[in-house]
Amino acid sequence: MTSAEAAQDVRSLSPGQPARSRARRISIADQLFRALAAAFAALVLLAVLGVLIVLLHGSWPALKTFRFGFLTSKEWNPVTGQFGALAPLYGTVVTSLIALLVGVPVSFGIALVITELAPAWLKRPIGIAIELLAAIPSIIYGMWGLFVFAPRFAAHVQPWLTDHLGHLPIVGALFQGPPMGIGMLTAGLILAIMIIPFMAAVMRDVFETVPASLRESAYAVGCTTWEVVWRVVLPYTRVGVIGGVILGLGRALGETMAVTFVIGNAHEINASLFMAGNTISSTLANEFTEAVTPIYTSSLLALGLLLFILTFLVLVAARVMLSKLRTRDGVHT
Amino acid sequence: MTLHARRRIVNHVALSLSILATAFGLFWLGWLLWTLLDNGLSWITPRLFIESTPPPGSQGGLANALFGSAILTIAGVAIGAPAGVLAGTYLAEFGRTSRLGAAVRFVNDILLSAPSIIVGVFVYALIVLKTGHFSGWAGAVALALIVLPVVVRTTENMMRLVPDSLREAAAALGAPMWKITLRVVYRSALPGIMTGVLLGTARISGETAPLLFTALNNQFWSTDMTRPFPNLPTVIFQFAMSPYEDWQHLAWAAALLITASILAINIVARILLRRARP
Repeated sequence: MTSAEAAQDVRSLSPGQPARSRARRISIADQLFRALAAAFAALVLLAVLGVLIVLLHGSWPALKTFRFGFLTSKEWNPVTGQFGALAPLYGTVVTSLIALLVGVPVSFGIALVITELAPAWLKRPIGIAIELLAAIPSIIYGMWGLFVFAPRFAAHVQPWLTDHLGHLPIVGALFQGPPMGIGMLTAGLILAIMIIPFMAAVMRDVFETVPASLRESAYAVGCTTWEVVWRVVLPYTRVGVIGGVILGLGRALGETMAVTFVIGNAHEINASLFMAGNTISSTLANEFTEAVTPIYTSSLLALGLLLFILTFLVLVAARVMLSKLRTRDGVHT
Repeated sequence: MTLHARRRIVNHVALSLSILATAFGLFWLGWLLWTLLDNGLSWITPRLFIESTPPPGSQGGLANALFGSAILTIAGVAIGAPAGVLAGTYLAEFGRTSRLGAAVRFVNDILLSAPSIIVGVFVYALIVLKTGHFSGWAGAVALALIVLPVVVRTTENMMRLVPDSLREAAAALGAPMWKITLRVVYRSALPGIMTGVLLGTARISGETAPLLFTALNNQFWSTDMTRPFPNLPTVIFQFAMSPYEDWQHLAWAAALLITASILAINIVARILLRRARP
């Protein structure tokens, strides 16, 4: 409002002068331009609000019918009209956790290589190659996962996992079962490959915010490269790294096509990671156009709402973390 | 073992593991690209660009899907990019410290990383349910909603890189605000803004999830955006999951085409960006 008020002042200060109409014309054009830009900015706000309202409105019948049971029931039966979100919710969380478990250390390693180890001429190519990994569409990962990765995974890796980890207490149960190639573990691993570029990019960027003097002081007192990274760089950038990891988690939670190809699409909760499962997004992709009854569609919309809230919370957490780091550095965003 | 030796070993092990991790990341990129070339290249024939998608068991091409994807992408960018540039302009020029600016910036980040399938569901409920049928326009709107936050973000960043002294110099010459923005700020931020539009284009070229319940698919050549519209990603999804070999070959060829064009757009965008920030 300040510039509008300023324009008002200019007008009132120069009454009846020849320049008046020109000044007014300019200020009207300026206000129009400003209003136009503000309207489109507001459109972004409205879009997200709209998503929330549409999802809430659409899922209302399902939420009213099943109430809290929607979250705790694993029943998903279009014939009897009984719907619960537990199985897809479980699948979403488990595959995303697998993705983080594999993806975080790898991303950390990549960021370390790019910022500390690679010679200057190699930094850009590695960075670009990793970013290209992020540009490949989800559906391509899905095809590759189903036709290329899964058969090899079933033939070579899964039997080995069963032999070596299958008999361990507690964790063993995770690695038992028929080596089918597709299933929760495969989905989690492919998600890991897909979120590595995002996390590695954030980690690289925050590692580069560490002041050179800090790094050099550590080297000067005789730290090894690893000690510099582990004891100086990482503590300095901890908030940012966690922010990046959460950002990766947000991606993993919502990934659709790749998971739909390789998870097996079964509304089940199994102890074994080798078994087929389901995620919220893969359920939506598979069943949305097939939903014939209103309560079925409404339940799917409720799943969508659940996913939106889940990613919303995760993203808010990531933003808060990353902006904390920026405020500390005195960088305004 | 002396402390010195232990520290050296820890250092070597950790750094070797990091290099291994990098190799691990690059390995997947190599494998993916190799798979695409291996499975797709031999099916890229002139026929692909001439004939429409075939019924099961017969041969055909992807002409309708290629055309449809091009139209959907262009329509998505044509709707999303101008809106994004204007919203980005607001954030960079007018709303740097305003409350609306802060809210839009925050919400834009949410939209940027929101699952694309949610966008599909939203547009389904908003347009498909209201009009009663799937349509190309619904698909275009869904894609536009995905382009929007990418363009908003890059436009704001790129316009912020234009030094304020340039704006002040123009203002000192008596230029009104809108002229400063159009003639001075846009002009110097143009390569950067174009990069954002290109990155948005690349992002939606392969998007499948938002099209599944908006544009759906169409087996025939179609120019009618008010009806289900053919597009490459949905063809890949249907054909790859099908038991017919001909269809699977077409899916691989389509996958190769999509990936190659997306990587090309990304590389062009990078070259532009380098020029934008010397």
